[in-house]
Amino acid sequence: MRELNARALSLGVPLSAHLDLTYRCNERCEHCYLEHDDKGEMTTAEIRGLLGQMAEAGVFFLTLSGGEPLVRRDCFDIIRHARSLLFNVKLKTNAVLIREREAALLRALGVEQIQISVYSHRPEIHDAITKLPGSLERTLAAIGFLKSQGLKVTIANVLMRGNSQDSLAVQKLAAELGARYALDPTITPMMSGDRSVLRLRIAADDLQQVFRNPALVGDVEEFCAAPAAVDDSVLDGYPCSAGHTACYISPYGDVFPCVQFPLPCGNIRRQSFFDIWENSAALKEVRSIRARDLPTCSCCSHVGTCTRCPGLAYMEGNMRGPSTADCEKSFVRTGIATANMQARGLSYSAGLVQIQRSFSSAAL
Amino acid sequence: MKEIYISRSPAVAARLLGDEMLILSAADSTLVSLNPVATCIWQAADGHTSLSEIVERYVCEEFEIEPQAAYQDALCFVEDLAQHAVLKVSDEPQAEARTPGEVP
Repeated sequence: MRELNARALSLGVPLSAHLDLTYRCNERCEHCYLEHDDKGEMTTAEIRGLLGQMAEAGVFFLTLSGGEPLVRRDCFDIIRHARSLLFNVKLKTNAVLIREREAALLRALGVEQIQISVYSHRPEIHDAITKLPGSLERTLAAIGFLKSQGLKVTIANVLMRGNSQDSLAVQKLAAELGARYALDPTITPMMSGDRSVLRLRIAADDLQQVFRNPALVGDVEEFCAAPAAVDDSVLDGYPCSAGHTACYISPYGDVFPCVQFPLPCGNIRRQSFFDIWENSAALKEVRSIRARDLPTCSCCSHVGTCTRCPGLAYMEGNMRGPSTADCEKSFVRTGIATANMQARGLSYSAGLVQIQRSFSSAAL
Repeated sequence: MKEIYISRSPAVAARLLGDEMLILSAADSTLVSLNPVATCIWQAADGHTSLSEIVERYVCEEFEIEPQAAYQDALCFVEDLAQHAVLKVSDEPQAEARTPGEVP
């Protein structure tokens, strides 16, 4: 896959795209970064046209998501059209609306993978997060229907304060259901810029437990190893694939480098997808940034191994700046302070008070 | 020589990247990259054109390859892709290949 990405990069091809079909949703997850009102979604015809343009531009891996994509009545027509254009389709859903019929249809359409959010094995926790009573029961039933069709299912387990103790149980549940398990400790600010949801981020001590658990991260020694020495190949590298071989399209046709990177690059109602991909000044700026251009991170020992998200950095005010959440992860993982932490004299946001304490003991 | 007929599986995803065709098999998640000759064969696999005709019409002429050697290579390639459920092989011509995404 790395080779494939390198080839797409050299050819300037958007190999992957994430398309949100709607921001409407039948759940109201407390950590969600979206506003759920419909502000003028693309029509079926517009989406079909967009998919044709994306296929022509070379998009191969297509993630369809939302909101909840299945609340759109034309969702299966869109998936059918995407498959007729030979996209590799991955669907991200809460699966509440999937029954036997829908599972069979997804199988017939050749959808590669369905990713489903499960927050806890305990209904009282999961349903409290989704704010939809009975949602865990319905989601688990749907996973059963999908697995009985032989489909690949990944359970995405977003960790936050309210469910931080449930990751192992959810992982066990995934194994029992024959699903893959993916752990994600990232909570992102709302696309509107509202950062209040960040209060839900998992506490540093809990994150440390996760990162020290071999059942969740594999080889702990390797996962938590100190970063290797930084060389020119690291400094000449790109931060991530956003805007280079990947992009995001909102239900309103807005194009961004990534779903977590709300830098406006154009709108497919005014320009063709290919025109935006090729000529957007914003995308060109994103593509021009190398690790050595990051004022703080280029001096950080973690620069080659950090999961720094340029989108989260952008939402903090500077796409060339650090992403505090990723600084936290790098520190919790390795116990080595980041350049950002040092520059700030450890005066972090309230959510990182525990890190401050840990850092003091680790550093001295 | 017994004729065989090949058709593209509707379960795959495919995209041309530069001059190579990428194919991802939904059956076993195998990612296959086809060179230009193999891409020609894959694109011509409509279920009702025999492999020998595909080789003659699209491979030998386009790439100036000797027919016997080209056919043997094509046969190996077809067997390989059939194992990953990317191509379907039949002794008889098949109905028009189903469009991927079309519900049976």
